[in-house]
Formats: sequence, structure tokens, C-alpha cells
Amino acid sequence: MNTLKRLYKQRQLQLMVLPGIIFMIIFNYIPIYGIITAFKRYTIVDSMSSAPWVGLENFKLIVQDSFFWESVRNTLAISLMKLFLGFAIPIFLAIMIFEVKNMRFKKIVQTISYIPHFFSWIVLGGMLISWLSTDGFFNQTLMALGLMHKGNNHLLDPSQYWWIAVLSDLWKEVGWGTILYLAGMSRIDPTLYEAARMDGATKMTQITRITIPLLAPIISLNLILNVSGLLGSNLDQTLVLMNSQNQSHAEVINSFVYRMGLTQGDFSYATAVGLGISIVSVILLVITDRITRKLNDGHSIIV
Amino acid sequence: MELKKKPRSEGYWFYFFNTIILILFSLLIVVPIWNILVSSVSSNAGLASGGLMLWPKDFTFQNYTKVFSDSSIPKAFGISILKTVIGAGTHTVFCAIVAYALSKSRLIGRKFYTTMGVITMYFGGGMIPTYLLIKSLGLLDTFWVYIIPALFSYYDCVILMNFFREIPASLEESAKIDGASEWKIFADIYLPLTKPALATIILFNGVGQWNDFMTTKLYITKQYLYPLQMKIYEIIVQSNLSSMTQSGSTDVIFKATTRGVQLATIVITTVPILIIYPLLQKHFIAGMMEGAVKE
Repeated sequence: MNTLKRLYKQRQLQLMVLPGIIFMIIFNYIPIYGIITAFKRYTIVDSMSSAPWVGLENFKLIVQDSFFWESVRNTLAISLMKLFLGFAIPIFLAIMIFEVKNMRFKKIVQTISYIPHFFSWIVLGGMLISWLSTDGFFNQTLMALGLMHKGNNHLLDPSQYWWIAVLSDLWKEVGWGTILYLAGMSRIDPTLYEAARMDGATKMTQITRITIPLLAPIISLNLILNVSGLLGSNLDQTLVLMNSQNQSHAEVINSFVYRMGLTQGDFSYATAVGLGISIVSVILLVITDRITRKLNDGHSIIV
Repeated sequence: MELKKKPRSEGYWFYFFNTIILILFSLLIVVPIWNILVSSVSSNAGLASGGLMLWPKDFTFQNYTKVFSDSSIPKAFGISILKTVIGAGTHTVFCAIVAYALSKSRLIGRKFYTTMGVITMYFGGGMIPTYLLIKSLGLLDTFWVYIIPALFSYYDCVILMNFFREIPASLEESAKIDGASEWKIFADIYLPLTKPALATIILFNGVGQWNDFMTTKLYITKQYLYPLQMKIYEIIVQSNLSSMTQSGSTDVIFKATTRGVQLATIVITTVPILIIYPLLQKHFIAGMMEGAVKE
């Protein structure tokens, strides 16, 4: 009775949360429930209730599909390359920016480095198509430097696609990736550096013994997020840069789901692929969390 | 131990190479963008003449006049602006209302609500179940598909909750004594005091709406609802696809657009982002920090 009374008293507050709760039920929880599609045979002609249950049949089909495995290979290759480069380079870049003494120069570098983050993938994709075309900027530069004699279209060459995907993503996000590290470094006590300098520590020793260890929590948080995102792939990027020539190396899991589900209308098959990937991603998240927890004296980084 | 001939100051070479590398890095970002800009104001003949494009060749605005002579581009611009302004505005207000209530520890069921929210940050139904939902809600091929599914995000809600919690409770209590309702306290005390946070959410959501292309690609087939991003996709990607298939496609779009026109469209789409960029830069560091540091 008491709770009811309190509930009535705070009815305005409850009324304010209500839209949020309804929103989440509709737009987050109904799609989660919709995952049962993966265990049905649901095509455009069916409705959710009329579609027959098929158990794990969709998963059996997926495992036998060579196009699926090709998309897994591409996703893993691109993600691992992104992980190695995209994880380490922002740390180095942030340290370099942090060490700049001239405030104006520092500000200019930061301003420039964040800009590409705000380009959409469609815009950047359009730029890339222009840069990498036969008479585009990339070939112009190589030819001006005498490194190449005749241009070719790099996006038509499947063997170059992984590098294009990885390096363009790096170009777009590397500056943005420094923000968290820079914020972390600004909170390091400057007297630590002074003391180190008095003891004769070189700049490099200061970086490896003070800066990097104090950034460890942020670094490991980023690592966890990166590793658990290994099977995630950038659908925008893929849809812009993929073409009939490079598809064998460009198709990633997300674009495979898109093609199977929305272009070919095989909803169940595509949902099953998505579900399988989410499960593996959660497992990866838990594993990396366990590992970094060990490295961080038992403290979890997430939540 | 005397310092007669002082060597170069400590870390000289470190700073020297640090500066050089950062200058090279900045050029690596700026020069390719510059190349797009100068190419967009060069004539077709200039573009075809080859050589390094670091300066306009045969300067002209004809690419831009061509872009605007196609009436579908101004229309797409209008759709982009509408979805950005309405989308970011409604999203921010919606999130702020929910965040206000969730920031109160006296809220009954608070633990349940926040758990519900946190789960949405880690799990989702994925592309196809979401598509089927949007379809069954009748949102396919309507303008509202840009707005309604984007109304709320628990992540933004958490950021706002953190800001709301920092407002001293005494302000709220004294307003209550004066008989103010929750809505009045929210609108007259909390919103004005958290303007920077609200600005951050509006700006970031606005950039997201402006740059969003997936919503259109997934849910929209009607040309008149295309925003600029989809227009670019159509002009550039699809025309390049058809030019790449060696069948000598006679795709109408491809015939109609030259590289200069494509680049002009890209520049037009990006200019609004660059205009608000200084504002963004002012706000994003504070916003990101709040989201990252606390939970």
C-alpha cells in the first residue's frame, strides 16, 4: 500500500520514464525477440506466426555455404589488420601530440586530425573512388614521384582491397582515436615528469615508464572493445567500396547478411548469420574482459 | 661537472622529429582533401589532362551549377536538413525527459529501468529483425523512419543523467516548496543548467543524422525521400559500378555525371559539417569525457 502511495506521489516522474521504456520495448526488445526468425523458415510470403519452425536447419545451411566462409575470412582479415594498426597508432599519435610544446601548433594538428571523423562513409567512399581511380590523386602522386609509370584503378584489384579498407578507416579515425588518450594524459601529475627529469630520465624513458603505464586502463578498455568487435564489420564502408571486381575480398559478414536478407529476401538465413555472429562476439567480450582483468589486478574495465 | 658548452637542450632531437612527423601527418590529412576541392572547381578537360592536381586546372564553377540545375539535389538537401533538425531536436528532448526521471534515486523501479537500458547497449536484434519491425510498423518509405526509430538512445541518456545528477538537490527542493511540478523543475531549472550537455547531444546526433545513409538504404525506396548522402551514393557509387562492369553499360546516371560533378556534390554535402565544425570541437571533448569517465 505504501509503495502505491509513493508511486502515486511520483506519478509525474513515472510518466516521464514511460516513453523511454515503451521505446525500448518496441525498438530494442521486439527485434531481440525477432531473433526467433533464425529458427524458422521465414521468407517474404510468410508472416512471423505462419512461418514453420525448422530448428537449427538454417545454421546447418550456413556452415556449408562457401560464400559465408569467404565473408568470415574477409571480416577477420580486415578486423585484425584494423586492430593492429588502429589500436596502436592512435596511442603513439596521442603521445606525440601531448609532447608538443607550442600550443598553437598542437591545436592546429588536433583540429586537422579530427576532421575526417566527421565525414560520412559515403562522402569518404566517393573521395576514395576518385583518389584511387586510374587518373586519381593516388596515382598522380606515385607518378609524380616516379614510383609508377601507368595508373590503374586500385579499387578494381581484389588483392589490394583489404589494405584500402584498413588504411582508409585508419585515415578517418586515427585523430579521433587520440581524444581519450589525450584526456587521460592531461590528468597525469606533471610532478612525476619533473622528478623523472631530475633523475636524468630521457624523454623516451619518461614515455615508457610514466605515460604508458598510467594510460593502461584506457588502453585495455579500447583493446576489449576492439577485440569484441572483431566480427563486426563496417557496412557503410563495404557498400560504398565494394564492386563486382573486388567482391571476393570485400564481402564482409554484415554485407553478406544485407545481401541474403534484404536483397534476396531470405530473412531466416540472414537472421541466423547475425545471431551466430552476436554470440561469438559476446564470448570474445567475456574472454578479453577476463584477460585484462587479470592484467589490471582483478578490476573489470566494463561496467 | 660544469656546463660550459651547453649541449642542445634536453630532448632536442625528440622534439625535432616529433614536429616533423606531426607536420607530415597533418599534410597526409589535408592534401587529399585539398585535391578533392581543387578537382571540383576544375573543368572536365582540366581533370583529364593528368599530372598532380594541387591547383585548379582551367578554373570553373560549371560543376556546381550543373549540380544545382538538377532539381533533385536541392530537394535532397531539404530532406537532409529536415531530418537533421527534427531528428536531433526530438531525440535530445526525448532523451532529456527520460534521463531527468532516471536521474532521481527516489524513482520507484529505477534499477529495473536502468538494467533494461544497459542491456540495449550490448544486445540488439540485428539488421533483419529490425527491418521486419520497421516494416510491420508501416514506417517503410515514410519520412518518419528517419525520426521515430532514432528518438531514443540509452547511451545519450546516461550522459545526460550524469549531468543532471551534478545539479544540487537544494535547487529542486526549494522549487518544490514553491509548489513547482516535476515538469516545471525539469524545464526551468535542469534544462538551462545543462545547456552544454544538451548542445553536445544535439550536435552529435545532428552530425549522425546528416551523415546517415543506412536508414535510407534499408528502409526507403522513394526518390523524393532521399537525403544528400543517398544521392551521392546513387551518383557516385552506382555510376562507378556501371562503368566498372565492362559490358559498356548505358546507365543514364553515369552518362549524366562526370567526375567533376560527383566531387562537387561531395563538397556540397560536406560543407555544412565544416561550418559547424568549430562548434563541434568546442563541445565534443567535454561530452566524450562525461560518457567515458563515468561508467
